[in-house]
Amino acid sequence: MDHIVIIGNGVSGVTLARHIRKLSDNKITLISAESNYFFSRTALMYVYMGHMKFKHTQPYENWFWKKNRIDLVNGYVETIQTKNKKLVLADGSSISYDKLVIATGSKPNKFGWTGQDLKGVQGLYSKQDLELLEKNAPNNTTCKRAVIVGGGLIGIEMAEMLRSRDIPVTFLVREKSFWNGVLPAGESTMINEHILEHHIDLRLDTNLEEILADENGRARAVVTDKGDTIECSVVGLTAGVTPNIDFLKESGIKLGKGVKVNRFLETNVKDVYAIGDCAEQHEGIGSRRPIEAVWYTGRMMGETLAQTLCGKSREYNPGHWFNSAKFLDIEYQTYGWVFSEGSKEDYEHHFHWRHPKEKICITIAFHKDTMKLLGINTFGIRMRHEIFDQWLTENQDVDHVMTYLKDANFDPEFYKLYEDEIVAKYNAEFDKHICAKKKSWKRIFSKA
Amino acid sequence: MKVLQNIGIVIFLVGLSIFTALPLLGTFKVETTILEELVADNLIKSELFIIDLEKEVLEKEFKGIQSLSPIIVNALENANATHRKNKEYKKITYTNSRSIAESIAKKSGVGFIVENKGLMWFMTFGLGIIGALLFIIPQVVLLGPKGIKNDGIYHQNSTNRGWIAWLVFIFLVSFYLLLYFRPEYAVNWTYLVDPLSESLSGNPAGHWFVYGFMYCVVMAVMAVRMYIKYRHNIYQMVRTTSVLFFQIVFAFLIPEIMVRLQMPYYDFKNAFPLDYDFFFQWNLKTLLNSGGIGIFILFWGVILTLVIVPVMVYFFGKRWYCSWVCGCGGLAETLGDPYRQHSDKSLFAWKVERWLVHGVLLFAVVMTGMTLYSFFSETGTVLGLKTQSVQNVYSLAVGSIFAGVIGTGFYPIFGNRVWCRFGCPLAAYLGFVQRFKSRFRITTNGGQCISCGNCSTYCEMGIDVRAYAQKGENIVRSSCVGCGVCSAVCPRGVLKLENGPEKGRINPTEVLLGNDVNLIDLVNKK
Repeated sequence: MDHIVIIGNGVSGVTLARHIRKLSDNKITLISAESNYFFSRTALMYVYMGHMKFKHTQPYENWFWKKNRIDLVNGYVETIQTKNKKLVLADGSSISYDKLVIATGSKPNKFGWTGQDLKGVQGLYSKQDLELLEKNAPNNTTCKRAVIVGGGLIGIEMAEMLRSRDIPVTFLVREKSFWNGVLPAGESTMINEHILEHHIDLRLDTNLEEILADENGRARAVVTDKGDTIECSVVGLTAGVTPNIDFLKESGIKLGKGVKVNRFLETNVKDVYAIGDCAEQHEGIGSRRPIEAVWYTGRMMGETLAQTLCGKSREYNPGHWFNSAKFLDIEYQTYGWVFSEGSKEDYEHHFHWRHPKEKICITIAFHKDTMKLLGINTFGIRMRHEIFDQWLTENQDVDHVMTYLKDANFDPEFYKLYEDEIVAKYNAEFDKHICAKKKSWKRIFSKA
Repeated sequence: MKVLQNIGIVIFLVGLSIFTALPLLGTFKVETTILEELVADNLIKSELFIIDLEKEVLEKEFKGIQSLSPIIVNALENANATHRKNKEYKKITYTNSRSIAESIAKKSGVGFIVENKGLMWFMTFGLGIIGALLFIIPQVVLLGPKGIKNDGIYHQNSTNRGWIAWLVFIFLVSFYLLLYFRPEYAVNWTYLVDPLSESLSGNPAGHWFVYGFMYCVVMAVMAVRMYIKYRHNIYQMVRTTSVLFFQIVFAFLIPEIMVRLQMPYYDFKNAFPLDYDFFFQWNLKTLLNSGGIGIFILFWGVILTLVIVPVMVYFFGKRWYCSWVCGCGGLAETLGDPYRQHSDKSLFAWKVERWLVHGVLLFAVVMTGMTLYSFFSETGTVLGLKTQSVQNVYSLAVGSIFAGVIGTGFYPIFGNRVWCRFGCPLAAYLGFVQRFKSRFRITTNGGQCISCGNCSTYCEMGIDVRAYAQKGENIVRSSCVGCGVCSAVCPRGVLKLENGPEKGRINPTEVLLGNDVNLIDLVNKK
């Protein structure tokens, strides 16, 4: 029986612990300085917005850990002694391990801006960040305006949060259009419109120069590279995240931006592994990045490593890329790869359809020579993961996708369906005569 | 817009205050004819009671029912006690003393309220409706672009078990207690809806008519709120329309019109065992004595429970009843929607739920068995238990206290489906079908779940939806009423209510979609 120690009780660490327990009787210790119990980081925004209480973000009741013999330690790991397999915590206590898993996640990026450490300047990642925001921006009298720097997923979430309390928000986005490093132009444009619709002061193509302090050392304004000075009470720094691995510098574990791991999620040191946001593959798998700070990849690494640690050595082998997000009121799903104009290869062509009035659109990426499906982005339409996963595996072409698009729809019952409009536009654009087939349960559940 | 809302609140509160004060207001004067009719209608043989009444109340004016009702109740109880002592059993009045008080009061009201029924209706129901709509309709603008609008639910006193929620709780509980146990106090309310009742059934309104009318009004107004809140979600719009239709037409209008046509009062959608007294002797006798329509209702009631309900659950899940048709569900989905997040999601609550709801089902079935046995064998007792007593216990404990006082009164504290989840025997029955033989499930979309917990938080039945979704498993639970809100609030498009093939409906997964481990390998090594 091994003693497996996991640093970090986020989704990666917790999934790992759960699966180890399913597969074995190993002793499991889960260490976190952030919270006593696992919570869903993705739900922190809903606590601030009043959709939930913090306890609702905890997927397991508090008795769960004891019942499953997962020991929880509230502590901050300061150093790792890999030679004698020991961790030293900030309070001076130490923990020995047989196998160690680093699952410490990320921390918000700071790029050395003047004033980035002032009071009222914060990121939005941890439970403590949420508590800080509650203090910094409880309402629109304490926080007269907030400026958010960085046009990514956390940025738009933070904007949504603050708007839910009627706090005026200025949103500085480096790109010429929101998230256009990832999204194709049509989609990015639609999100720009939607951001404005929510009365968010969107400043595209604008960078932060510096943050100005008042006499108490609090942020009072930001200066942009356009020369504007924007008065504000809170500055949200949401320019991406970076692996949270500073405490490992002296450990002898090989680091890049993150903890370097191979496909078995092993580091260069025997019996030390890394998973989740903080793990960095030597090379990206497929078109994936070496570091993937995504909820489900953390979960998958946990699932995979549990097998290895319980004696069934297994490579981390993520399948087709998928992801989802929500931009204010617009849901976004993606299956396979759809690259933006700036980053796509020459062979990647796009078919784009957008609803004339509603904020609904899709983009299908395909190979221009073979017409093979590369990926799909959908906004305001839900699609079935299973179906697209299957089509990508089968290397289906776009004609096939169009013909059976109705099978893939995952919108709630009675929703207006747009497949016929989509196929009509496709037919017109590519001079085809495809007729969308009626949805078939048999096809949808053929794998079951 | 905010101003409009505040005006709405004031108007609503004025209407509500007048409504709340009404039970204690008004003037009552008992005429000789009223007592004569009372004696005739209730076959009262106790001259003691009549003499007492003539002495104490005849031709006197009473301010408020609270000064009249105790006299009547006392007189009746004293008379009965005396008759019992003297073994004059034939003179004992078995009709409930509160009902006697109610029927005397109903006929003896005089003065402003009785003379201005229309005006008083407007000052209570009218103001309530106008005020509520003034509060609700500006949300079209205030809520902003369409989408999920749950901002601030846990910051607001009214929806986060604050003092407003507790006031609503006290009001609802008191209202139900009054309705069930002090109906004579509802007599002023009945005047307000007399004109409507007379136009429907031809009879003046009783307190159950007030309740039925109020139920429809509350549901209709709160349905407007649902339409606005979920205006992006067609499923919610259709479902809300459906429950509203079945409440107004099937539960309210048709039974009243049937009474006008000399038919038995019957709600065609109210299925046994929710309709627990369907097989009670008095009901069977009424039906058997009502000619063709009575026989049809008897036949329909049996078919509804034994065939229609389970077959529909097989095809569509129990949602077709619980959140599309049922009156209890209808109120829960309209008036109760702001409180849906309060259902307890703990494992402990789930255990309590299973014991309680199946216990009530067992109780209902045993009671009905006793009832039918007694009916056919014409005995009053089964195995030493008095059928009547068992029925009385069920009616009081389950029919009145559980379904009414707790079921609705506790909305603001324990969520809007307390009765449906912990008490409804029909829900328990449908649950068996849904769990073991149905095409309905909530499909989980591959590996997209991010465990945020919106689904679990807003599940009114206390199902920990996330526990399934984050494992990539479909949700197949006997308690799910298919309200569709988990699917609506999911930010990542993970959940979909659907009726598909039974095969593969329940899909325990070891590893979620997207992680391409060799599954065959995984299974072999286990």
